[in-house]
Amino acid sequence: MISERPLLSLKAITKTFGTLVANDNIDLELNRGEVLALLGENGAGKTTLMNILFGHYRADHGTIEIDGSQLSPGSPKEALQAGLGMVHQHFTLADNMTVLDNIMLGTEPLFSLRRHNSEAITKIKRLSEQYEIDVNPNSKVNTLSVGQRQRVEILKALYRDTRILILDEPTAVLTPQESDHLFATLKLLVTEGLAIIFITHKLREVMAVSDRCLVLRHGKTIYQCRTADTTAHKLATEMVGGELPKVLRKKSELGKSLFELNNINASDRKGHQLLRDLNLKLHAGEIIGIAGVSGNGQSHLADLVSGLLTPSSGQLVLNGIQVDKPTPLHMLRKGVGRIPEDRTATGVIGDMTVLENIALEKYWKKEYSRFGMLNSRTLANHTRKLTTSFDVRCGGLHSSARNMSGGNMQKLILSRVLSENPQVILANQPTWGLDVGATAFVHRQLIDACSEGAGVIIISEDLDELFSLADTIQVMYQASLSPPIDPARTTAAELGLAMSGHRDVVHSLLLKEAQS
Amino acid sequence: MRLEPRENVTLLIKAMVPISAGIISLLCCSALIIWAGASPLEACVLLIKGSLGSRFAISETLTRTIPLIFCGLAAAVAFRAKLWNIGAEGQLYAGACIATWLGTGMIDLPPWLMIPFLFAAGALAGGLLLLGPTILKTKFALDEVVTTLLLNFIVLLFVNWLVFGPWKDPMAMGWPQAAPVIDSATLGHILAKTRLHWGLAIAIIATFGVWFLMRFTTWGYEIRAVGHSQKASHFAGIPINRVIIRTALISGGLAGFAGVSELCGLKGYLTLDLSPGFGYSGIVVAMLASLHPLGVLLSSLFIAILSIGADSMSRSLNISNYIADVATAVSLLAVLLSMMLTKYTIRWR
Amino acid sequence: MDLVQLLFEAGFWAASVRMATPLIFGTIGELICERAGVLNLGIEGIMAAGCMTGWTWVYFGGDLWMGVLAAAFVGALFGLLHAVFTVHLGLSQHVTGLGITMLAAALSSFVFRMLLPNITTPPKITPFQLLEIPFLSEIPLLGKVVFTQSPMTILALLTVIVVAYFLKKTPAGLALSMTGENPMAVESQGLSVFAIRTWAVMTGSALMAVGGAFLTMSAFDAFYIGMVNGRGWICIALVVFASWNPLKALLGTIIFAAFDALQMRVQQQSGMIIPYQFYLMMPYIFSIVALIIMSRRSAYPKALLVPFRKGER
Repeated sequence: MISERPLLSLKAITKTFGTLVANDNIDLELNRGEVLALLGENGAGKTTLMNILFGHYRADHGTIEIDGSQLSPGSPKEALQAGLGMVHQHFTLADNMTVLDNIMLGTEPLFSLRRHNSEAITKIKRLSEQYEIDVNPNSKVNTLSVGQRQRVEILKALYRDTRILILDEPTAVLTPQESDHLFATLKLLVTEGLAIIFITHKLREVMAVSDRCLVLRHGKTIYQCRTADTTAHKLATEMVGGELPKVLRKKSELGKSLFELNNINASDRKGHQLLRDLNLKLHAGEIIGIAGVSGNGQSHLADLVSGLLTPSSGQLVLNGIQVDKPTPLHMLRKGVGRIPEDRTATGVIGDMTVLENIALEKYWKKEYSRFGMLNSRTLANHTRKLTTSFDVRCGGLHSSARNMSGGNMQKLILSRVLSENPQVILANQPTWGLDVGATAFVHRQLIDACSEGAGVIIISEDLDELFSLADTIQVMYQASLSPPIDPARTTAAELGLAMSGHRDVVHSLLLKEAQS
Repeated sequence: MRLEPRENVTLLIKAMVPISAGIISLLCCSALIIWAGASPLEACVLLIKGSLGSRFAISETLTRTIPLIFCGLAAAVAFRAKLWNIGAEGQLYAGACIATWLGTGMIDLPPWLMIPFLFAAGALAGGLLLLGPTILKTKFALDEVVTTLLLNFIVLLFVNWLVFGPWKDPMAMGWPQAAPVIDSATLGHILAKTRLHWGLAIAIIATFGVWFLMRFTTWGYEIRAVGHSQKASHFAGIPINRVIIRTALISGGLAGFAGVSELCGLKGYLTLDLSPGFGYSGIVVAMLASLHPLGVLLSSLFIAILSIGADSMSRSLNISNYIADVATAVSLLAVLLSMMLTKYTIRWR
Repeated sequence: MDLVQLLFEAGFWAASVRMATPLIFGTIGELICERAGVLNLGIEGIMAAGCMTGWTWVYFGGDLWMGVLAAAFVGALFGLLHAVFTVHLGLSQHVTGLGITMLAAALSSFVFRMLLPNITTPPKITPFQLLEIPFLSEIPLLGKVVFTQSPMTILALLTVIVVAYFLKKTPAGLALSMTGENPMAVESQGLSVFAIRTWAVMTGSALMAVGGAFLTMSAFDAFYIGMVNGRGWICIALVVFASWNPLKALLGTIIFAAFDALQMRVQQQSGMIIPYQFYLMMPYIFSIVALIIMSRRSAYPKALLVPFRKGER
């Protein structure tokens, strides 16, 4: 018997944090066998909504019904029992433990005297076969690839007989090919009657896998439709609330060589190779984009340029001078500006003030300190100048940086870095998690710095960003870097293949360039 | 229950931290006093009288603040860098040992040279003692809490050996104590007929020195940055290990000061009861002051009032004087609690 | 040489196991807390509280085993306090732990003095007597070492086995270890990190207090202020030495106690060539050395010292 009522329905969900309305009267319905894409920029309220659904937060108003029966708010346990399952963007797996441990956790009565491992393994094997998800229950999580870990997460949900599966940005960490694998699995799940909520901002995927879309903006439902009846462009405008601002870049003449990596290798203490035979040459006025699926060594490349990682062999040449033992301070002194990947943990010290954060990479310079004494007046003037020219919104020079939004934090870091007129700029995921306005601002600043003669290396997982900014793109795969590729002569699909390790694609791309 | 960060923290809220901590600790101790069959109000009056009620009482209280200031500063500086130096007790004795070694006749200089010399030597000894655990921390990632704590026991046993063995003063009628320091190494008294000595002035100078260091210098800035985030500091090019080692030398040095000043100002000779746990009380002092150097002056006064007052109060009411230790411990926990409430509000449900 | 012979004597090993008993309780207690992700520096004070509680209970006419229970209860209370501060309120585990140690130590001294004022030589109680387990105590060597011990020592050995089984083989043990590795994983599976950590810290603290009680109720028969004398800190070092594994912890504590027993024998034999203070330093020096040896290898719980806040990533 098929019931007509929706499997899941959220009615008039409202949640406020202080003055911020995170969710404003949101309705959502989900049927069996349906994939719903939940779209929205960062801060649109997607995460809050899911946290309410899972009982991590309580809504101020509104109800949640699963299969007609109401879910009592604020109880993650009940949400799980009702058949909700979630695959988080940052996996919730314990690395030091086995797949079996991770899947079994919380599925047996806590006070039983024995774990029933063999029964669990049988069930996992059955599920693996049914849904074509291949993992060994006895392997430790830290030996698995990112794609495999995601499969463990899905298996974890299925093991609990989940009826509604929620995936938060599931493809952010996958290669295009792994994503296809994921989509195939999702198709299989849907035919078995599961309902899926797919949270994303990648419109191509929305069009490919979803049945319906729901767009959130500033906590409100803005747009809701059947995927078949809409276009990617329409969704994008709804998400942003207007036309996308286009960043246009005029390419400039390349100047002298500023920064070179020649056959760089690096490994960690245990001997794992972190970087393999890197070659890169950055000129004044050039933007090099580093593409790749996360976890292929980009962070190690960033560490190398930041001075945190010492190469075991190869040459790192800055301005024609070889650097043997790079340190962060040395790189700073030699005019390398670094915008780190994780702004809250690496870029900014939340418990210190805006002024102290501006001072971080420059307090030792002559202008700002003499004989070991900080010159607080010049520092204050400098900070004041930067916060106005970069439009950093904060509660004053002496307010703590913790309370700033992500966009303002990034502006603070940009202002700190760019005000020293660096020759080489490393920007690692510079626009990750920023809204459209802040993204455009960051791009503008980087382009301006470049046209004034700096060389820029941008590491990004967002191919669109690289296509619109970079002069050349180098693909990072398993710790090594492809030769430069001209973005004008390639497509996202081809780059995607290169990102998943198809060297022949890189080869043919290079060939195409050589021929023309 | 959920914790939500406060948007802006006013000075008033910050000022409530030590006050509410004091009130909580008073309430808890009142309960104990009632249980012991006395009136809390009377106890309170006796406590104030015993610590501030007469010229002598005030001088005793001020004398007690001296080692507390030094140890409080030692903890405040180290904790700022998230270097958990729990070894101030051992460092204090290390400072006292060196001062005994040098100050009981080995070297004789005019007082204006001798005193600074002994303080410098004591600071060096305290700093070097903390250097070991600090290097183990930076090189092997060993938790310095455990190593500094264990070192305290080792140092105390070492002092035990010294005063029972090679340094035992034959003139002390069998008491386990070392020979007294020579006259030129003795800190003079500030007030006649009291034990209050010039160590107080040195402690206050040290307080302002540390305040200046933390507030206006690049060293202080580096210490705070490293304490708040090692990761971001490392990225920004701050030499973390060097900063931590420098912090350790300063912190251990301040604790060493405490030992020298107690030795040269108060006791005059090395014994095993030179410090009844000043190193540990220093942690409370520092926490009560929210690690602010100038606040250390006030909080050490508070702890001194508590311990001196409780001594005389417990004698008159026949209550165990461990009540002061209880009050100190409760105020540490209370200050933690109220510090959190300045940063967060608790929302039920 | 005599000392080598000593290593084959049942009496020596029996003494080692006896001396290890408070350390076993303390180490296992600390281990439970840390496996759940909470460092408990309250151990030194909680052991003192256990010492005092157990002894006072018996002194005022209580039953020995009820005294152990009372000590455990008091330990659990301090554990609850630690849990509220560090788990629920997310306060610094270092400072809170030290605060608990100061509070517990001061309170037990205070209470002891209040209950027994004006006493110079501490009175004595009748402590636990040696228990010879029938049949088992007749096994050569093992019978003397393991099965002819104070009942509290046998309880300690049983505790190790139970805890080892619990962590490895039960669903609750899995949840506890997982809490120390990745609390988000636990929360997302519908379990409460707060509840698990609270129970872990309370249970661990109860065990620490029982370890303290052993000192006054089995090893000695009187209570002295300051009698824990750093044993708690040594337990923390031993947890690292054991790589957070209960069976290795048992091994570690016994090796440690054996060294301690050995140095005592050496001290007796060698007379006063080396001052006794240096022998007394040995346990602390051993602890530091053990920490240095194991520091590089140990795989500590990933979430140790990291407070968990709901809804935060």
